[in-house]
Amino acid sequence: MGEKKTITLTVTRYRPEQEEAPTEQSYEIEFRDDWVVLDALNHIKDRVDGTLSFRWSCRMGVCGSCGMMVNGVPKLTCAAFLRDYYPGEVRVEPLVNFPILRDLVVDIDDFMRKLKAVKPWVVRREEKPVEEGEYLQTPDQLAEYKQFSMCINCLLCYAACPVYGLEPEFIGPAAIALAHRYNLDSRDEGREERKQVIASSAGIWECTFVGECTEVCPKDVDPAAAIQRSKVATTTDWVKSILWPWGKR
Amino acid sequence: MSESEPEYPYKAYRRPMPATWWLRNRKYFLFMMRELSSVFVALFVLLYLYAFFLLSKGPVVYGEFQKSLRSGGFIAFYVVALLFAVYHSCTWFRLTAKIQVVRLGRWTVPGSLVTAGAFMGWIVASAAVVYFLAM
Repeated sequence: MGEKKTITLTVTRYRPEQEEAPTEQSYEIEFRDDWVVLDALNHIKDRVDGTLSFRWSCRMGVCGSCGMMVNGVPKLTCAAFLRDYYPGEVRVEPLVNFPILRDLVVDIDDFMRKLKAVKPWVVRREEKPVEEGEYLQTPDQLAEYKQFSMCINCLLCYAACPVYGLEPEFIGPAAIALAHRYNLDSRDEGREERKQVIASSAGIWECTFVGECTEVCPKDVDPAAAIQRSKVATTTDWVKSILWPWGKR
Repeated sequence: MSESEPEYPYKAYRRPMPATWWLRNRKYFLFMMRELSSVFVALFVLLYLYAFFLLSKGPVVYGEFQKSLRSGGFIAFYVVALLFAVYHSCTWFRLTAKIQVVRLGRWTVPGSLVTAGAFMGWIVASAAVVYFLAM
């Protein structure tokens, strides 16, 4: 039998009760071809060092919990195979642009506040009675927004966005993409309410179209496109309001 | 955070954003080059407007200015400005399809065609300018 292959994971550690700033810790573990980075982290936590903290849940790219920096790139660790890095070292860090709470766990309260502010739900001026049935939608109407509805709030786009890193008040890619998703929904009537937030000084106009949010998105949501199209829609609304001030909002 | 949840007792650690963040990967660097290209495009436009201003001062003044444009410094500037202008245009045309969805009836024009259309428009406009200058 051949010698067991190993791989080194260098992981950010931050234990706020013990240290002022994050440090790094390396773990040499068995390399398995079918393991993803999350499997390796779980192996470390279960067998090597139970004090390591990180978030995860579904292990299949749906929950969006296990986003971390893998060799400097925001990734879902459940979708990042060790074999793509072997025999090199794998560096695992918490998502950048977010404060670190502990080890690989970041504080996402800021995002949650922003997400709520854009009202990512169907807004109706008046709900119709249940007995009148569902709000029907054609396949074409669904296709309008479907791509933007695939967001799993994994926050990789925030970690990839230098604007969010430099201007933390920026509402950011995922929240704007979700606002755009509901603005495109034929059942929704909340566009004007969302515009107060996304067209504010912390909204779409902060975006300089770096485009990395789209590159790192594991669900092909394309937040960069959502932001630019929101800019076009907002500008069109503004021009219309000048040319046709008595028109319906 | 709801009232029932206990406050996290420790201070979160904020990592500073280094001034060299744009050197972290190739795409950030190319983005910064695109931003920098705007400076050269703006300088070229200012120079062009200045030329118009001098034109209003008469042929002697404008002729002197034209002569100065043949200096090595100006030629180097024009070459750099041209390269940045081409880079700026190409990067933005490549992004056109992300910004504007084009629909013809129920058909959504593929992004590649939108981008190709933008490039075609650019080539036609440039050819028209060259034709005008050559006339």
